[in-house]
Amino acid sequence: MAELNLVEAVNAALAYELAHDACVVLLGEDIGVNGGVFRATLGLQARFGAERVLDTPLAETAIAGAAIGMAAEGLKPVAEIQFTGFIYPALDQIVNHASRLRHRTRGRLTCPMVLRSPYGAGIHAPEHHSESPEALFAHVPGLRMVIPSSPSRAYGLLLAAIRDPDPVIFFEPTRLYRLFRQEVDDNGAALPLDACFVVREGGDMTFVSWGAMLRETLDAADILAGEGVTADVIDVATLKPLDMATILESVAKTGRCVIVHEAARSGGFGAEIAAGLVEHGLSSLLAPVQRVTGYDVVVPLARLEYQYLPSVERILAAARAALEFK
Amino acid sequence: MDRPMNADTDSQNVGSRFLSPAGQVLQRLPAFAQDPAALAPLYRAMVLTRAFDTRAMALQRTGKLGTFASSLGQEAIGVGVASAMLFNDVLLPYYRDHGAQLLRGVTMVEILLYWGGDERGNDFSAARRDFPLCVPIASQVCHALGVAYAMKLRRERRVAVCLLGDGATSKGDFYESMNMAGAWRVPLLLLINNNQWAISAPRSAQSAARTLAQKALAAGFEGIQVDGNDVIAVRAAVQNALDTLRGGGGPALIEAMTYRLGDHTTADDATRYRAAEEVSRQWQFEPIARLRNYLVNTGAWGKERDEHLQRECAEQIDRAVDAYLATPPPAPAAMFDHLYAALPAALAPQRDSALRFASPEDKRDG
Ligand SMILES: Cc1ncc(C[n+]2csc(CCOP(=O)(O)OP(=O)(O)O)c2C)c(N)n1
Ligand SMILES: [Mg+2]
Repeated sequence: MAELNLVEAVNAALAYELAHDACVVLLGEDIGVNGGVFRATLGLQARFGAERVLDTPLAETAIAGAAIGMAAEGLKPVAEIQFTGFIYPALDQIVNHASRLRHRTRGRLTCPMVLRSPYGAGIHAPEHHSESPEALFAHVPGLRMVIPSSPSRAYGLLLAAIRDPDPVIFFEPTRLYRLFRQEVDDNGAALPLDACFVVREGGDMTFVSWGAMLRETLDAADILAGEGVTADVIDVATLKPLDMATILESVAKTGRCVIVHEAARSGGFGAEIAAGLVEHGLSSLLAPVQRVTGYDVVVPLARLEYQYLPSVERILAAARAALEFK
Repeated sequence: MDRPMNADTDSQNVGSRFLSPAGQVLQRLPAFAQDPAALAPLYRAMVLTRAFDTRAMALQRTGKLGTFASSLGQEAIGVGVASAMLFNDVLLPYYRDHGAQLLRGVTMVEILLYWGGDERGNDFSAARRDFPLCVPIASQVCHALGVAYAMKLRRERRVAVCLLGDGATSKGDFYESMNMAGAWRVPLLLLINNNQWAISAPRSAQSAARTLAQKALAAGFEGIQVDGNDVIAVRAAVQNALDTLRGGGGPALIEAMTYRLGDHTTADDATRYRAAEEVSRQWQFEPIARLRNYLVNTGAWGKERDEHLQRECAEQIDRAVDAYLATPPPAPAAMFDHLYAALPAALAPQRDSALRFASPEDKRDG
């Protein structure tokens, strides 16, 4: 087993699937010779050829749309959008076509494609490089919306995404790309999609998060553990379709829930989870569901970036409010 | 697929040119360039742009500035364009255009603040109608179309000038706006900085079109190529185009042929995808030495004046850097205070929370 960081795990999953499935092709800006601006596709063009690892001209609409055509024709395209800030020209293709090709044709044509994109704040990147638009895609029927929170999760979930028969939007947290390493067995084993992962078990409360914010959430859980308060920590991983059962099961045990995400609050995906708790778990709730989120503001440029991102302090304050509620 | 190669910016097809790379006059100079002494301000602006670039790169390397996009080798474009514009025209730049922005009156402190992660850098003290630089590639072309339409509607003699890269001409935003600009006959100049690369994508892989200028033909107006390393050629072509636009004959497109001598940005390493020989060969065509050679040949410029100019630029930049570094970070409330004309009541609790949890020091900063 190798110690990989998250971006290396993405690379390993792509390489594994390129090697084992001749239908897999990669396309995107700067992904070939340059290996991607984050090096997620490093060495893949040299290894698998420029016909399967395509450097495209600068055109997100065409990248997403061409992937749909490739997928319908039996390929398994994995398209990269260089940053989620530049995914919007592709929205027409994703929303009007990728998500509904199967439905429109009653399964005659399908769209087994993956759209990968680095997302999130915290690396002092330029303007439009720090947003978290996962709720936008989780809102679209017919899509899967997946976000890994660690190298091993990235490896297994990306393999699952490529093998999935339907379109998957796969957001990679830039803040975690090189933050830490983990043992990753490059054995081609996929993780389940459509399932949350309980990454830590406890009895007093439930934390729910995904992507990079899982770091701060775990830090807060550590501090509470030092005070004798134990928490379930759930990594949502696949936001759509949502495995509400795992979250409900945890909250049935703990009665208190704090949801943490870095996207803006209004219409953020935390609201969907909170609604699910109210709809299906009201009787087990001992306190109002708390959300710790980015503010409803444009993600600030670097100098205020960390005033925007939920901090351990904010998560702890929400946890205490949930714990103290009588 | 073959690994595509870029042609020399000196190969036959660089469009109109007045000065050879060695600074020899190739054809009768335009009126503004008849007196060599009158070219000194253009020379100065290019030297200042490069000196500013160099300093910004150094600030980035020492952790005092965020990612930065240098305009090394492309100084003639920003200077040629902005020097031909009038004050109340509107510039819609992208991230490689601080040369043009400086001439438009945007201050160095403002440019540094922006790249240092502070939105106040976009609140230009001069150039109040100019757009902030655009990061999502080619999206500014659509805005430029609208700006130009507003000018046309009000029967003004103002023009909109939109800068974009060679890579940007592959995007729908560019094609759609160019087409509409042609249909509407608006006073819009599209100026393509064809620096032969879009990060790692060479011009030859970007499009099979023989020139980028010819794309305008399909939209019903003329596109021309100019030597983007010859500031006289850029300025002459822009001035000519703007005169036409002001007279009601628009739009126009100019493809300025140049070369990106540096990395794409400070986050890039161009040695991964292009040969060092290609870059070193391109240095012989760069715009500053070219104009200096001409000015020196005519006796309008000399070593002493050059040294003086370098010192003057360095001092001006020193003052700007000092002021930039002395600027305290924006207050956390600034995240909220410019979002709407007035802060909606629903947002007040979030603003309070932001102030309550504001950390004086950026604890997680690396
Ligand atoms: C819509 C969009 N897609 C991708 C990017 C990432 N990106 C930033 S610059 C760049 C290349 C642009 O090349 P070009 O238009 O030639 O301008 P240059 O940087 O060479 O001046 C890319 C792909 C972006 N900023 N916007
Ligand atoms: Mg370019």
